Amino acid sequence: MTDPTGLSLLEASAALRAGEFSSLDLTRACLDRIAALDPSLHAFLAVAPSQAEAQAGAADRRLAETRRSGGVLPPLLGIPIAVKDVLAVQALPATAGSRILEGFRPPYTATAVQRLIDDGVVILGKTNTDEFAMGSSTENSAYGVTHNPWALHRVPGGSSGGSAAAVAARMCFAALGSDTGGSIRQPAAFCGVTGLKPTYGRVSRYGLIAYGSSLDSVGALARSSADLTPVFETMAGHDPSDATSLPRPLPPIELNGEVKGVRIGVPAEYFIDGMQPEVERAVRQAVEVFRSLGAQVSEISLPHTDLALPVYYIIAPAEASANLARYDGIRFGPRLPETVGAKQASPLPAGSSTLMDQYLATRGELFGPEVKRRIMLGTYALSAGYYDAYYGQAQRVRTLIKQDFDRAFAQVDVVACPVTPTTAFPIGGHGDDPLSMYLEDVFTLPANLAGVPGLAFPVGFDSESLPIGMQLNGPALSEPLLLRLGDAYQRETDWHLRSPKYGQ
Amino acid sequence: MPLSLEEVRHIARLARLRLTADEERRYAEQLSAILDYADRLKQVDTSDVPPTAGVQNLETPLRPDTPRPGLTRERALANAPATADGMFLVPPVLDT
Repeated sequence: MTDPTGLSLLEASAALRAGEFSSLDLTRACLDRIAALDPSLHAFLAVAPSQAEAQAGAADRRLAETRRSGGVLPPLLGIPIAVKDVLAVQALPATAGSRILEGFRPPYTATAVQRLIDDGVVILGKTNTDEFAMGSSTENSAYGVTHNPWALHRVPGGSSGGSAAAVAARMCFAALGSDTGGSIRQPAAFCGVTGLKPTYGRVSRYGLIAYGSSLDSVGALARSSADLTPVFETMAGHDPSDATSLPRPLPPIELNGEVKGVRIGVPAEYFIDGMQPEVERAVRQAVEVFRSLGAQVSEISLPHTDLALPVYYIIAPAEASANLARYDGIRFGPRLPETVGAKQASPLPAGSSTLMDQYLATRGELFGPEVKRRIMLGTYALSAGYYDAYYGQAQRVRTLIKQDFDRAFAQVDVVACPVTPTTAFPIGGHGDDPLSMYLEDVFTLPANLAGVPGLAFPVGFDSESLPIGMQLNGPALSEPLLLRLGDAYQRETDWHLRSPKYGQ
Repeated sequence: MPLSLEEVRHIARLARLRLTADEERRYAEQLSAILDYADRLKQVDTSDVPPTAGVQNLETPLRPDTPRPGLTRERALANAPATADGMFLVPPVLDT
């Protein structure tokens, strides 16, 4: 048997059905690859070999039974995947890349993950992330940075950087991520993989560790649009446990290569001074591929694009400051000072420390610098005297950004643009300058503010052999169109088939 | 408008974060730079623009009011750093 980790998800699925190898073989091949490569990449925060092998064994039994009975096999049965460490999977750790959740084992499984488990996926482990998904590089993880498989001294992007690196290095066939301001699309671009941020509310957030609740989307990364499709179809759909989950049926997704007549808008505001010329060139060439396939391409305007960054960095921290108030060292996670940290059966000795001391010490020491920065920023923006000037005004400008997309989608079916202004930057490249790091997200934030879906996929490489990503944004619930267009492009090109030297 | 160290201390207290003196200085500087950048929002005329708190226009969903199993006490307490008699243990809140 040749190494099956080089196959696409769909090829592996077909080979499983044909009996060429078992899910256990496939799972062990992935675990071997993780064991070989992860010491240099650090894509995983936790690997769960015994659970994964047990799931693979169950999938093999289900495969055999269904084959005998002639029933329908779920497309993901027996396929090994990875899960970003911000999604709860019962019996596996969930740290969100933070020391404040060290040792935490969630008592239930996120709906998106549970639906995949019900369809027979194998979960290899949990992937690295910027702490509480706040970051664009995984450098904010309390457990160390993930390295980009294309160039180890560069970041994989973030915050779903572990998931992107794991897919790029062929350690798994797909990986789940979350996207609050670009956290699936930007690492997909930096690692040369395909990533889908669904419409807000399309995939349940139940069991996702919350960051910015009006922005958070659960999605996935894989080697191609075609590979992503069954993952998205399995995860998506209404969930009564998430009050913002959309009660709308999922239309069938037809990957038929059809592009003719699709109207693609290219927004002038996404080609800015200071962006890497090779990125602009590759994205414009990709647009030409769509034109050659029969798309109608026109230039459009999203005039409030430059305001997305200041809007996001008020609204997301404001929501984060409220969401992260729950980390108080009482119900889960470690507690400081240590004198009250031990499991104890008897009441505390008098005068040991006050509740306020405990809050201040636990949160002050166990949150990392970026998380504290955003909590402070959000607390300030929501505080008396500043609420309307910052938070209220950001919400009103958010309306203008959403209206930009509404107007654009009255003229075109999708918007095509770069994912990032540059390719992957070196680890440590932004130093201690948070604002320059925030600028990395300039092209991905608007979709979250508008709640629309975005698909990122590779469209070329720069002179240093680093992947370049392009993004398609569509109106709410247009994932079937985005996946069809991404697949049509990938039928014409082979960027998505290239793998890092490291990953071969 | 730069944030003073006093303001940073006040925000940190509101947010229940103990900061070192070095962190206070650094955050005063960095938050000032970010807020300075965010000040461009104030140039936008939004007098006729309603705020967007969320992108959906969903009605508050309701479900049938029927009992169903929830988290057991044992599982709810399983991650707690300190428990006593089936409860979360916390330091004294009020002086006695």
